[in-house]
Amino acid sequence: MNILEVKNLQKQFATQKAVNNISFHIEKGSIFGLLGPNGAGKTTLLRMITGIFYPDNGEILFNGKKFDPLNDIAYIGYMPEERGLYKKMKIGDQVLYLARLKNLSKTEAMQKIKHWFEKFEMQSWWDKKVEDLSKGMSQKLQFVTTVLHEPQLIILDEPFSGLDPVNANLIKDEIFNLAKRGCTIIFSTHRMEQVEEICDKIILVNKGEKILDGAVHQVKQDFKENLFRIDVDGAHHIDTSRAPFEILKNQDGHLLIKKTENTSSNEILKYFINENKLIHGFQEVLPSLNDIFIKLVEGTTKARQFQPQNESPL
Amino acid sequence: MNKTGLVISREYFSRVKKKSFLITTIVVPLVIVAFYAAIIAISISGSNSSKSFAIIDDAGIFATTPESKSGELKFTLIKNETESSFVKKYKDAGYDALVYIPQMHIDTPKNMVIHSPSTVSLSTSSRLESMINAAIEDKRLLAYGIDPLKYKQIQSNVSLTNKIDTEEGSKDSSAGVAFAVSFVCGLLIYMMMLIYGTMVMRGVMEEKTNRIAEVIVSSVKPFQLMMGKIIGIGLVGLTQFAVWIIIFLLMQLAIPFIFPDLLTQMNAATSIDESSKTAAIAGIMQSLSALPLFKIFGLFIFYFIGGYLTYASLFAAIGSVVSDDQNDAQQLIFPVMMPIILGFVILTRAINDPNSSLAVFGSLFPLTSPIVMMGRVTFDIPVWELLASMALLVGCFFFLTWLTAKIYRTGILMYGKKPSWKEMLKWAFRKA
Repeated sequence: MNILEVKNLQKQFATQKAVNNISFHIEKGSIFGLLGPNGAGKTTLLRMITGIFYPDNGEILFNGKKFDPLNDIAYIGYMPEERGLYKKMKIGDQVLYLARLKNLSKTEAMQKIKHWFEKFEMQSWWDKKVEDLSKGMSQKLQFVTTVLHEPQLIILDEPFSGLDPVNANLIKDEIFNLAKRGCTIIFSTHRMEQVEEICDKIILVNKGEKILDGAVHQVKQDFKENLFRIDVDGAHHIDTSRAPFEILKNQDGHLLIKKTENTSSNEILKYFINENKLIHGFQEVLPSLNDIFIKLVEGTTKARQFQPQNESPL
Repeated sequence: MNKTGLVISREYFSRVKKKSFLITTIVVPLVIVAFYAAIIAISISGSNSSKSFAIIDDAGIFATTPESKSGELKFTLIKNETESSFVKKYKDAGYDALVYIPQMHIDTPKNMVIHSPSTVSLSTSSRLESMINAAIEDKRLLAYGIDPLKYKQIQSNVSLTNKIDTEEGSKDSSAGVAFAVSFVCGLLIYMMMLIYGTMVMRGVMEEKTNRIAEVIVSSVKPFQLMMGKIIGIGLVGLTQFAVWIIIFLLMQLAIPFIFPDLLTQMNAATSIDESSKTAAIAGIMQSLSALPLFKIFGLFIFYFIGGYLTYASLFAAIGSVVSDDQNDAQQLIFPVMMPIILGFVILTRAINDPNSSLAVFGSLFPLTSPIVMMGRVTFDIPVWELLASMALLVGCFFFLTWLTAKIYRTGILMYGKKPSWKEMLKWAFRKA
């Protein structure tokens, strides 16, 4: 069952097509990655899914029915990239206000706030103001306000930016928990290592168009380049003239090899065995999403704005 | 409660609960009133307790010992003493001051002196002067063979009553009071539009700079957020009005208790004849009651709300397109402020000449009508003009809100560069 179906969605701004004919669907309970360089149209796409923008063309189905922003946004929790809270407002009042804007009654909202505040050890924050919080703390608070009303669909745009590893893990665990309980999560980022870890399925958007769609492991299979890693003894004296592969890298017996077309990995092993080399390890090297991403968007003008971040908070 | 209601209550209570609101609403007017009261009280004080004066009347202008009307000043005519001899003794004799009137001709009174250990207050000295003047005038009347009592009967003090003739009959005009009431109402609307308009703008800018706008519009429609903010702040304005009116009424009740002799002192200080003063007050009260107060109050509320709503949506749109930069905001505010200021200028003309074509235009044109119409309400305005003005204002409000809501919707989600006028117009007239 699909919680969300997007069909031929289009949105044009004055000069450019921000979203051009994008279709995809998201299964209930899955964690879905929306990837793309800056300016690819991710935010515009998310704003249409959250009812902030109306699409010029195309259709959005929510739970199988035409998306009705007025009522359906109560079932969506959106944490935008440009996020924040009222600095001068007391935290308790603020969370209550945001919860009630999502159609929760006062008592209902209070119960849930209590539950989440206990979980994240934030009880003492109630009378504080947001301006008194550190960036990481307010990020945590923001996450709580997003999921408080138990939305069916949670949309997180760069949820880990500004979080230290401990808090990032806390949020990540919570994302898994929510997914386990049946929440569907859309996760928009350009931090590929997080996507590989968290997401079941991804789409990649560039210049307003969808250029990739599939399950994470499938995408990696699709983009594999027949690379293998093999650890053998005496790797210095290997005659490769008749071998079904070429050696790309040789580091003290750790070889990176590229299989020639129309051979199987068994033939590689057979070759080494026939050469009487002792094999310690053998593994296929799949491309990382980061590599795939860069490969796909490289060369386009937008790609220049994109800088992969190497240090992972996870 | 629906979502707009939630937004309204947040906007309202987050402001009303602030300390700065309490200060500006309650403390500031109290301080201002207290300040003026203190100035008045100080300037006329100095004769709080009754004082006794010794008078050496060498000119013989007082036939009998004079008496002050309020009985606070006691006079004693001293005989058989000279100025130089009594100056040394008056304090020991229990007098607060010595008034010396030298020998002179009543046509050229001069060289009168008051001796006192410390400065005599302005009010006391003016009371003494008016008392001596009255005595000299009586003397002069006698010199011309006129009985002072007869003269008082002869004196006349008239005031003209302006009757306004309309088709429904003639009524009393009340130009002076009407002038003041009109001006105050227009000025209040002018101030409130500026103060609360910019408050709306700053509120929108706050949402943008705090980056909460997108979080909120994923729960409520931008239009609900905008209207909630505008209505919430408008209610703050009305609350402030109500508190001010209550304070003003309380003050009026309280002043006589705080400064019990303020009024009597003012009477003496201004040396207005008692009867003419009461007549003046009665005149003001009569003019006030002759004014259609209910109509004025009703129209004031209508034009305050209408004017505020019309401009608030413009200010909200400005707030939505600028980010953190105050200078950008200033540039955009200017064209919005112009009609408000223009309205105020026309108001000053309209009060003097409420039926001039400029005043009529100003009170119909919806961007100036809330201010200008208040300058004309105390005068008789043709009903059609009033209705047309109100209809135009309401229409303008709907049109501008429809327009600005679209700018607002796009603006609050844009960060970075301030859009150009052309872009904003494009947003405004784009189909939703």
